[in-house]
Amino acid sequence: MATHHANAVLPDEPEKATLEGKNKLLGFWLFLGGETVLFGSLFATFIALRDQTNGGPTSQQLFDMPLVAAATLLLLTSSMTAVMATLALHKKNLKQIQVWLTITVLLGLGFLGLEIYEFMHYVHEGHKISTSAFGSSFYTLVGFHGGHVAFGILWIVLLQLSATKKGLTVVTAPKFYLASLYWHFIDVVWVFIFTVVYLMGMIGGKVG
Amino acid sequence: MSAHASHAPKRSGLWDWLTTVDHKKIAILYLIAGGIFFLAGGFEALLIRLQLMYPESSVVGAKTFNELITMHGTTMIFLAAMPIIFALMNAVVPLQIGARDVAFPFVNSLGFWLFFFGGVLLNTSWFLGGAPDAGWTSYTTLALNQFSGHGVDFYVLGLQIAGLGTLIGGINFLVTIINMRAPGMTFMRMPMFTWASFVTSGLILFAFPAITVGLVLLMFDRLFGGNFFNPDAGGNVVIWEHIFWIFGHPEVYILILPAFGVISEVISTFARKRLFGYSSMVFATALIGFLGFMVWAHHMFTTGLGAIANTLFGLATMLIAVPTGIKIFNWLLTMWGGQIRFTTANLWAVGFIPTFTIGGMTGVMLAIPPADYQYHDSYFVVAHFHYVIVGGLVFGLFSGLYYWWPKMFGKLLNETLGKWNFWTFFIGFHLTFFPQHFLGLMGMPRRVFTYLKDQNLDLGNFISTIGAFGMTIGTILFVVNIFVTAASSKRAPADPWDGRSLEWAIPSPPPEYNFAQTPLVRGLDAFWIEKVAGNKGMTPAEPLGDIHMPSPSFLPFLMSVGLFIAGYGFMYHNYVVVVIGLLVTFACMFTRSVKDDPGYHIHEDEIEEKGVKA
Repeated sequence: MATHHANAVLPDEPEKATLEGKNKLLGFWLFLGGETVLFGSLFATFIALRDQTNGGPTSQQLFDMPLVAAATLLLLTSSMTAVMATLALHKKNLKQIQVWLTITVLLGLGFLGLEIYEFMHYVHEGHKISTSAFGSSFYTLVGFHGGHVAFGILWIVLLQLSATKKGLTVVTAPKFYLASLYWHFIDVVWVFIFTVVYLMGMIGGKVG
Repeated sequence: MSAHASHAPKRSGLWDWLTTVDHKKIAILYLIAGGIFFLAGGFEALLIRLQLMYPESSVVGAKTFNELITMHGTTMIFLAAMPIIFALMNAVVPLQIGARDVAFPFVNSLGFWLFFFGGVLLNTSWFLGGAPDAGWTSYTTLALNQFSGHGVDFYVLGLQIAGLGTLIGGINFLVTIINMRAPGMTFMRMPMFTWASFVTSGLILFAFPAITVGLVLLMFDRLFGGNFFNPDAGGNVVIWEHIFWIFGHPEVYILILPAFGVISEVISTFARKRLFGYSSMVFATALIGFLGFMVWAHHMFTTGLGAIANTLFGLATMLIAVPTGIKIFNWLLTMWGGQIRFTTANLWAVGFIPTFTIGGMTGVMLAIPPADYQYHDSYFVVAHFHYVIVGGLVFGLFSGLYYWWPKMFGKLLNETLGKWNFWTFFIGFHLTFFPQHFLGLMGMPRRVFTYLKDQNLDLGNFISTIGAFGMTIGTILFVVNIFVTAASSKRAPADPWDGRSLEWAIPSPPPEYNFAQTPLVRGLDAFWIEKVAGNKGMTPAEPLGDIHMPSPSFLPFLMSVGLFIAGYGFMYHNYVVVVIGLLVTFACMFTRSVKDDPGYHIHEDEIEEKGVKA
C-alpha cells in the first residue's frame, strides 16, 4: 500500500518535505511562542505571590531537594532521549524512533509519578490550593506544567501506536518531529520551574 | 494514494455549513454570527442610553444596567468586532496573496466554532440567573464571589472558549501569510490589508495567552477556592489588572490595525492611486504592533505604580501617535490629486479619517498621567474609546463590507441605501459621543446607572441618546440593504471597483479553489500592474492541473460542543458533565489525529471560471 511506496522514496528531513509539514512546523513554533507567554504570565504571578503564605506552610518548610532533583534528572534525561528519537527520524529508522520514544515516555511517567507523590505529600502537610495565595500560584504553575507533561505522554504514545500501522511517511514524520519539539519545550519550562520555584524557594527567607 | 476521492463529497444545506473547511464559507459564518452579536450588543447599548436619557429615570434599574454595560462591552469586543475582522481576513487574505487555501483549513473551522459556542455560552447567562455584572474588564475583587453574581462564571468560561478559537485563528493566518504566498508575492508587495492581518495575528498570538491565564486564575478563585485575588489570604488584585491589560491593550490594536488595512485598500482603490508611502505604512503598522505591547500600564495610572512607571508608560503611549500620524498623512496624500469616487465604501473610509484623528488626540490627552487623574473613570474615557473603536474600527468594518461584499457574495450592496446608512450612522455617532467628552469633563462618572437633575448633565445625555437612535437607524438600514441586495438578481462582475490587488483577478464569488492557476506576482498592486500593461489577467505561475482540496469535517463543530458542555459542568460543579464534555472533545482530537485526511482532487477538466455558491 501507500506506506511502502512512501517509505521507498522518503526524502531527507521528511518532516519538512511537504507544504503541510512545513506549515505544521511553523505553526507549532508559533504555538510555542504563545505558550511562552502563557508560562511567563504564570511565572510572574507566582513570583508576586510566593511569600504570601497566609499562615500556611512556606516553601522553605515544604520543598525537599532529593525528590525535586530526582524528578529533574528524569525529565532532563527524557529530553536527551527525545533528541535521539529525532536523530533516528533523520536516519529514517522507525524502529529506533520507537525505542527512544518508549524510553522518553517511561521517564516522563516517572517524573509525573514523583510529582503526584509530591503534591499529595504537600496537601497532607496542609498546603492546599485554598490555603494561601502561595498555594494557589504554586499548584497552578507547577500543575500546568504537569498537565503539559501528561498531555505530551498521551500524544507520543498515540503517535507510536498509529505509526506501527502507518509507518514513517511524510505525514507521520512531522508529527514525530513536533512531539519531540513539544517535549523539549516542556523541559525548558521545567528548568525555569526548578530554578525559580524550587531553588529560589529553598534558600533564605523573604526575597523581594 | 488510493484513498483520494476524485470528486468533492456532496454536501448541501445546513450540513454543508456545519462541516465546511472552505475559508470563504467560514468568512460568511463569521460574518453572520458576528453580525447577530453586533445587533445584540447594539440593543444593549440602546437600553443603556435609554436609561441615561433623563436624570433619575428607571427604565432598566441599577442591577440590569450593570449587566448591560458588562455584556455590551464584552459582546462588542469579543463577539462582534473580532469575528467580523476574522470574516474579512478569511474572505480576503488568501485571495490577496494568491493562495489556494489557508494553511490549516480544519483549524480555521475549529476556530470559528469555538468562538461561536463561547459566545453562545456567555449569552445564555441572561436566561440562567443573570448576566455578568462586573464590567467588561471584570476587575477583582468586584468580580469575586463575594461581590458579584453567577454571571461572571459565564464570562470566565465563555471568553476562555472563544479566546482559544481566536488564538488558533491567529496562528493559522500567520502561517498562511508566511508560507502560502504566490510566487513573486514578497513581503513588500503584500497589500496593506494582508500586512495589517499579519501584524494583528502576531498580536493575537502574544496577547491571548495572557488573558487565558487571567481567566484561569479568576476561574480558580471563583470555582475552586483559589486565593490569587483575595487580599485576606495574601492575594493581590493588581495582578489581575496587569494580566488583563497585558492582553487588553494589544487587543485594541488587534481591533484597529485591520481597520487601518481596510482604509488603505479602499482609499487607494477609489483615488485610483498607488497607496502613498507604502513602505512607511508597513513600518508604521509593525511599530504600532510593537508599541501596543509596551503601554498596558496606562490603564493603571491611578493604581499607585509610582511616578517613574507612570511617566514611562505615558511617554510610550504618546509615541504611538507618531506611526499613527504617518498613516493619517499617507491616506490624505493618497487622495491628493487622485480621481476620487465617493462610493459608500469610500465615504466610510473618508469619514474614518477625521473621526479617528479626534479619538487619537483624546488618547494623547489621556496619556498624560496627571491629567489622567482627572479624566479617569469619567465619561471622557467613554467618549475617547468609542471614537477610536466605533469611529475607527466600526467605520473600517463597514467600509470593508461595502468594498468586499461583491467578492464575498457575488452581488453589490445597494449604493443609495448605503449612503443613507452612512450618513445616519455617521451623524448619529458624532451626536452620541461628542457630548460625552464634555459630560466627562463636567464630572459624570462612567458605569453609573443614573445622575441627578440640574447638574448640567441633562442636555448632554439627552443629545447623546438621540444620537444613539441615529446609529440604530443606520444599522437597520444596513440590514435592510443586505435583504434588498439578496433579493436582487443583478450579479457583480469579477472586478466591480477597478481594483488593484489579486482578489479582483478572479470571479465574484471565487470558486472553491480560488485560483485555477497560481498567479505570478510582478509588483505591488499586482492586478493593477497587469491591467496597466494591457494584459487580460494574471500570468499563471504553473500549468493547469488537478487541484487538491481538504475534506469537509464535522469534528470542529463536535469538538466545540464538547467544550461547551464541559463549561456548564464547571460552572455548576457537576463533574460528570465536565468529564462527558471533555471526552467528546478528546475523542474528536483522537479521531482527527489517527485518521489522516486524504482530501479529494478537482480534476483539470472540471476547473472552470465559476463562482462558489454562497
